[in-house]
Amino acid sequence: MDLASAKMIGAGLAVIALAGVGVGIGNIFGSLVTSVARNPAARDRVFGLAILGFALTEAVALYALVIAFIILFV
Amino acid sequence: MAAEGSNSIDALGQFQLHPVLGALGASVNFTQANLMMVVAGLLVLCLLWFGMKPRAMVPGRLQASAELGYEAVMSMCVDTIGPEGRKFFPFVFTLFFFILFGNLLGVFPLFFTFTSHIMVTLALSVFVFLLVTVVALKEHGLHFFSYFLPEGIPIALAPLLVVIEVISYLSRIISLSVRLFANMMAGHVMLEVFGAFIIMLAGLGFLGYVPAALSFGLNTILIGFELLVAVLQAYVFAILTCIYLHDAVHLH
Repeated sequence: MDLASAKMIGAGLAVIALAGVGVGIGNIFGSLVTSVARNPAARDRVFGLAILGFALTEAVALYALVIAFIILFV
Repeated sequence: MAAEGSNSIDALGQFQLHPVLGALGASVNFTQANLMMVVAGLLVLCLLWFGMKPRAMVPGRLQASAELGYEAVMSMCVDTIGPEGRKFFPFVFTLFFFILFGNLLGVFPLFFTFTSHIMVTLALSVFVFLLVTVVALKEHGLHFFSYFLPEGIPIALAPLLVVIEVISYLSRIISLSVRLFANMMAGHVMLEVFGAFIIMLAGLGFLGYVPAALSFGLNTILIGFELLVAVLQAYVFAILTCIYLHDAVHLH
């Protein structure tokens, strides 16, 4: 197997991590919906935390993307 | 350009830096990134200067937006850090608006996103890390090192836990910088790739026009998403700085 094909396969393997990130983001917004349904008055307070949690989880997805780019292009 | 005759898509070439402003720029290596940083800084100054000039009791639009920015960052600082947060307000305000305007300016065509370079975000992140550590050392002295030994753990676990805590403290530099860098770079790479798809598909002739139009629609939606990510990432950088400052000032 030559280097270019191995790089492509490596990059493809690196983004399998996005499965976990998908579960995590779904979890955050699922619990946001549940908590707003239980207590609609808390919506503004919980929403900021939900957005912060979403951004931190999305960061992990982008770490995987950066590894894939490093494998492909460096 | 982006697609060289359907061989491969040059996704990362857009991030290369060239000197701008002719011979004067070439002599000091003043690149697009520097130019956009100057533009972003001037825009923030203009927003505040011209925004607060009217000093009306009932603000007009520009004054309202300047006051809104001030109020948002001030409440972020005081809610997260506590009453001592007022000391750090100028720094967090500068950081938030510099990153915000840097991210937003990159969405316009022919402009450059200076936050899409790891060196820029790494510089900002190292600055925040050094600030937080120096504030903690000044506030608590040598008692600062008790931060790495949480309370209520069995003493047998202590050596392992201290190592883990130190590594996770040091990894703040990496996580803070790579989060912003990867978000910005990935957004612009996706715009470039889908833009190249439009050209490549339309070049296929009559059959290619419909997929090319779909790709164009997707690119439009992606620009909207880029705007959201720009604001969100600036907010996350600022709020994490406030959280680290809270840790530095209090729970040590």
